Amino acid sequence: MTTGEPLIVLDGVNKWFGPLHVLDDVSLSVGKGEVVVVIGPSGSGKSTLCRAINRLEPINSGTITFDGRPLPAEGRELAKLRSEVGMVFQSFNLFAHKTILENVTLGPVKVRKEKPAAARERGLALLDRVGIANQADKYPAQLSGGQQQRAAIARALAMQPKAMLFDEPTSALDPEMVGEVLDVMTSLASEGMTMVVVTHEMGFARHAANRVIFMADGKLVEDASPTEFFANPRSERARDFLSKILTH
Amino acid sequence: MDVFTDPTNIDAYVSGFLWILKLTGASAVFALVLGVLLAAMRVSPVPVLRGFGAAWVGTFRNTPLTLVIFFCYFGLYSTLGLSLSDDLNRNIYWLGVIGLSVYTAAFVCEAVRSGINTVPTGQAEAARAIGLSFAQTLRIVVLPQATRSVVAPFGSILIALCKNATIVGTIGLIEASSVMKDLLNSYGNAVIPIFLVFAGTFAAILIPTGYFFGWLANRLAVKR
Repeated sequence: MTTGEPLIVLDGVNKWFGPLHVLDDVSLSVGKGEVVVVIGPSGSGKSTLCRAINRLEPINSGTITFDGRPLPAEGRELAKLRSEVGMVFQSFNLFAHKTILENVTLGPVKVRKEKPAAARERGLALLDRVGIANQADKYPAQLSGGQQQRAAIARALAMQPKAMLFDEPTSALDPEMVGEVLDVMTSLASEGMTMVVVTHEMGFARHAANRVIFMADGKLVEDASPTEFFANPRSERARDFLSKILTH
Repeated sequence: MDVFTDPTNIDAYVSGFLWILKLTGASAVFALVLGVLLAAMRVSPVPVLRGFGAAWVGTFRNTPLTLVIFFCYFGLYSTLGLSLSDDLNRNIYWLGVIGLSVYTAAFVCEAVRSGINTVPTGQAEAARAIGLSFAQTLRIVVLPQATRSVVAPFGSILIALCKNATIVGTIGLIEASSVMKDLLNSYGNAVIPIFLVFAGTFAAILIPTGYFFGWLANRLAVKR
């Protein structure tokens, strides 16, 4: 699983939203093939952390390196980096005016300049892999939330990313659809994809993660293996958080 | 002879409205292109471009069109010597098109910008996340979705443009309102009928235009 070689490295990252210190001196290293689950109460900065990795949120200080290179400033270089980092959003964000297949092939054709026919073939294979090949010609609004999120995962995978970022991928889903999305994520994890997953799905954290990161008030409070974290959280803050979510 | 049967008057009437249509058509195309470019500047990450777009809108949206058209004639042509055609009428026509376009582009820009704001930010974020550039994000993802909410305001802008085209009469193009003024001077006994005919012709052109844009806006209404 983990090869040890770091792919994503955050060092002393700080970010403020006005007076709010959303990322407080966060340092974190994610190895190739590693699955890191980020949990914590809402407002703890976990989404911001995830979005900072592909610079959808610029940071105020510290450094973030991806695959050995520091994140470039806005421009062509950054676009190239983003194409190597897949991102899955809480609200799916499928392109509303494009069909599911067009959503998946847009990046390969426009960014990677792949031939449309080749991209289409690969796109269909990816849709098949996430189980929605029969929805290829529909528009996002015609699909259920779970299907949309699987399409969004396929769209990210179509870029053959080196890592995938998941920003609360199941939080906007009806409960019966959470499973189908987590299944896709679990299979990705087992195939060795490097993943940073912000989630409230403790089951996924337990069985698919190599490491669990616990964040509170913008700080990275704990960084442990799932077994260790869930059985024996070190900080009071984490114990408190777990007691609240695991009692129901 | 009666005002409405004299062939000279009919010719003047037809040519007056043809000028209006030509002014509207050419200016609409230029204003659309320019307005979309200005809107792209106003949402771009480059401060200089944003400033340029804002300055353009601030200048032309807040200047009376008559002044803009006068400037095109007395400033660009008389003083700076910009001549766009050897034919006098053609020259005034193109000067008028410049004035109408730069003025209308300011309104197109603001309509497009508000249309861009109706597209959820997640759409642009997802586009950037797969590695599309700013220009690609705008062209492929944001503008096509913004178009749908911009069509209806475009209709209003086009209608205003068509009526504004009469202002080019002030720098000497014999367009519809100038023809009407001449007829009023010659036929003092038929003032009301002349007014009604010219107003009626504008209405006959513009009411269907309004309905067409309303229909188009409904047809393109965004599915989410």
